[in-house]
Amino acid sequence: MRLDKIVKELGLEVLTERDIEKEVKGVYIGDLLSLVMANASENNLWITIQTHLNIIAVATLVGLSAILIAEGMEVEDETIKKANEVKIPILRSKLSAYELACRLYELGV
Amino acid sequence: MNEKNFIKLEYEILQNDFTRAGEASSNIKKILKQLGIEAKIVRKVAIATYEAEMNIVIHSYGGMIKVIITEQYVDIYAIDKGPGIKDIELAMKEGYSTAPNHIRELGFGAGMGLPNMKRCSDEFNIESIPNEKTEVYMRIYINKI
Repeated sequence: MRLDKIVKELGLEVLTERDIEKEVKGVYIGDLLSLVMANASENNLWITIQTHLNIIAVATLVGLSAILIAEGMEVEDETIKKANEVKIPILRSKLSAYELACRLYELGV
Repeated sequence: MNEKNFIKLEYEILQNDFTRAGEASSNIKKILKQLGIEAKIVRKVAIATYEAEMNIVIHSYGGMIKVIITEQYVDIYAIDKGPGIKDIELAMKEGYSTAPNHIRELGFGAGMGLPNMKRCSDEFNIESIPNEKTEVYMRIYINKI
């Protein structure tokens, strides 16, 4: 499914430049970076509450399609700056990871 | 195959440098992709080098990642100066970690680093001298025989 459609349907906040016209294939949820590295698949949408700079390295290395920050967590400026550089969109929602997963499932992601 | 045909990359890794952490592995990934190496292999190398990089950032006083790419395989050396590993067998166990709490809160210290590195490698070796250094060697074959 297209990321811009997910953003619209779930009312997500886009924290990076609006580079969201890309495909999403599946979802991965996790806050332990080693597990995300080992188990997430390419083009996954990654739901996490981690917000520091290193999430961008993980997303780039795995080839994730975007990072979705749950629970409305604050995201550091340097994380957003780096995300813009490497074109990894950062999205945010006040919902929990579970609620987001349910909504994404209903959407058919 | 011509053994002289290889690419050598070297990256200095600094202690506690979370800002630049992941840059070495990102660069290595980019180069492998440009060389047209299969995505599955690129991913293995990316995970192995990232975990090695983070280990040096978190646990050592600093070190380096050296990568040699040949037509047959990718060799990765992660070498650091630091406290070393007292019990390697224990450190290789999934879930065992000596990372402090403030590091765990950032999502590191899951005790998965070394096991992930081993899983991604076709050949794996780790040697350490406590209070001196740790050296990890990994080989990932590009064309498995």
